[in-house]
Amino acid sequence: MKTTYALLASVLTFGAWAQQNGPAINGNIETTFQYLNEDPVIEATQPPQKGLLNSYMNVFYNDGKFKAGLRMESYLPRIQGYPSTFDGTGLGMRYIGYQNDFVDVTLGSIYEQFGNGLAFRTYENRALGYDNFLDGARVIIKPGRGLKIKGVYGYQRQAFLEGQIVHGKGLVRGLDAEWNINSFKESWKNKKLNVTIGASFVSKYQKDDREDLILPENVGAYGGRIAMRYKKFTLNGEYIFKGQDPSFDNSDIYNTGHAAVINFGYSQKGLGIMLAAKSVDNMSFRSDRDEKLQNVLINYLPAMNKVHSYNLVASLYPWATQPVGEIAYQGEIVYTAKKNKKVFGKYGTTFNANVSTAYRPNRDVSVYNPLDSNGIAYKTGVFDMSDSLYWRDVNFSIYRKLNKALNLRVSYFNITMNNNVNKVAAYGKGYINVNVAVLEVGYKINKKHSLRGEFQTLFINKVEEHVVDSYGDTTLQSVLNDRGNWITGLIEYNVSPHWFFSVMDQINLENKASVYSVNHIVDPSVKNVDIFGANLPGVHHFYFSVGYIRESTRITIGYGRQRAGLFCVGGICRTVPASNGLTLSFTQSF
Amino acid sequence: MKKLLNLTFALFMASTSVLFAQEEEGHKSLHKVPSVKLLDMDGNEVNTADLGFDGPVIFSFWATWCSPCKRELNTIQDLYVDWQEETGVTLVAVSIDDERTKNGVQMYVDGKGWEYLVLMDTNSDFKRAMGVNNVPHTFLVDTDGNIVYSHNNYAPGDEELLYEHLLELVKKDK
Repeated sequence: MKTTYALLASVLTFGAWAQQNGPAINGNIETTFQYLNEDPVIEATQPPQKGLLNSYMNVFYNDGKFKAGLRMESYLPRIQGYPSTFDGTGLGMRYIGYQNDFVDVTLGSIYEQFGNGLAFRTYENRALGYDNFLDGARVIIKPGRGLKIKGVYGYQRQAFLEGQIVHGKGLVRGLDAEWNINSFKESWKNKKLNVTIGASFVSKYQKDDREDLILPENVGAYGGRIAMRYKKFTLNGEYIFKGQDPSFDNSDIYNTGHAAVINFGYSQKGLGIMLAAKSVDNMSFRSDRDEKLQNVLINYLPAMNKVHSYNLVASLYPWATQPVGEIAYQGEIVYTAKKNKKVFGKYGTTFNANVSTAYRPNRDVSVYNPLDSNGIAYKTGVFDMSDSLYWRDVNFSIYRKLNKALNLRVSYFNITMNNNVNKVAAYGKGYINVNVAVLEVGYKINKKHSLRGEFQTLFINKVEEHVVDSYGDTTLQSVLNDRGNWITGLIEYNVSPHWFFSVMDQINLENKASVYSVNHIVDPSVKNVDIFGANLPGVHHFYFSVGYIRESTRITIGYGRQRAGLFCVGGICRTVPASNGLTLSFTQSF
Repeated sequence: MKKLLNLTFALFMASTSVLFAQEEEGHKSLHKVPSVKLLDMDGNEVNTADLGFDGPVIFSFWATWCSPCKRELNTIQDLYVDWQEETGVTLVAVSIDDERTKNGVQMYVDGKGWEYLVLMDTNSDFKRAMGVNNVPHTFLVDTDGNIVYSHNNYAPGDEELLYEHLLELVKKDK
């Protein structure tokens, strides 16, 4: 009888507790429909189905202790630019879990990151079509005094085919410990110096399925990290070592790998400074050694450069980390000048400058001996850099609010990219160097109505190229690299809180359709007309969009030509593929 | 018989307490802030469902690469002192910057002199749990953790509507 009462009492207290914290159900829906046209001018193709539809819906339950979540996904078929690993309708993600102050257990689909992610990160980005969650188990234990231990075990989501989750071939296991030293003793908590240390170990198992090689079936990656804060200074770093891991990415070499990052920051009111350095060598880490693209990546090697939001800078020549190896540096400063009102205005002026570089690691190939079967291809070290440039970005911007209604931002970007290493531009040759200037103006007409305009120009370097003239002779000429120069204009009209309207035109200034053909050879079958059928100078990419927002519901209609890349319009930012046609999208949070 | 009566009574109490809890809060009781543990900029762990503030809370999801997000938070920054005085509100700016850009967060926040509580949602756990599709997305939450208003996107003037909802909420609480 006593136990019955105890049980009932616990039910009662649970009822009362649930009342206090309350169960929460949250989620969201996103649906994107596209009707696409064939457009040889921008190399956009019409899919055989003509219409494309992507949808997903998340539902999460969380009452502070129990949690559960699922996502239905549907690709009928997937929208343009989405990876081919998304197909069909079904349950794409699901988990259940329990948590209290001491323990957190999850079974099912797990998104997790150890430290800076150099050894382990499972992540999703639905706009990009990236999802590599770990399907298995995770336990987080917090014994107190600032200590946190995480363990994960499972197979990664590699694809979603015919509405079913398809797992990667290799089993992934990981263990991570993190300790905030200041939380050890009550008297240390308010010390000016705050230190957190951590260590992680990640291992993957995949059967040796090759007859010509003896492959390591268990590959481990491990390392440590430290994060320190002293008054307004922060310093953190992580180093991860990876064992021998012959793979498609590294052409089956038996070198070990490493990844190291160091970040330094200083900030006070009105001033921020950041410096960062990164060294990566042979650090591609996947749960299937034969996979490529974005499939079953276990770790994350972030690019060490600024994410730009202006269209011409963001979408044409972006740089991604070379997992095979690169040494990169970045520095940035933000300063808001306020003191001298005559010079910097009533509201002050904000200055921002950013520099980033990436270089090829220095590799001593003399250690390679074809007679030796050890498979070591070269020797290199941490931050052992060559003078071969991969990437450089020097940019600055000045922002000034002139009065209550008007604000201005002027930006300049100089980007140099080695297109032979990271082939971003299909028609680019060698080093691509661009100068981009952007003027952005914001104008508030009244309480609810506002205008925003952007004017962007991009000028590219020239390269020597063999060109066939009208007589059929080949001559060496100096021509503009890749697709030549660009201009972009954007006008956005916002009516708070419900409506936005925008018109954008990106103009490729080379006045011929041939800018999209290899080696600038004119393809007479491609007629350079814009979406209205007019033959204007340059290749025009008109894009119109209208949006309606009501609280957390958003409906957008867009029509026109669109280049691939980060697209910030109508008050939100999204990554989009290249297309010509109609795009309808609906998002809802609940 | 007494045993049975006691048992029935206890069961009745248990079920009514649960039922009553549901009835009182209506359908809104499910529209709450889920519990996710994030780090603030000093490295302290914060439970999103139990922030410990007396007044209402505004959660604003943003990123260093999202210009409309920064426009929204910079606009509210100029009004924030007044909002706090009048309503006791706390704005929590949830950065969804991942490893690539997260080191620029503190620099930007201090460079702009923001007074908000800034939380780091590096692996988008809280963004996912709150059902955020795109940034910016702003939520207004009452003192019991109920989401009473949310808005996706930012256009100049949206802060006025947020403020109206905030005033309405504070009036209702009194």
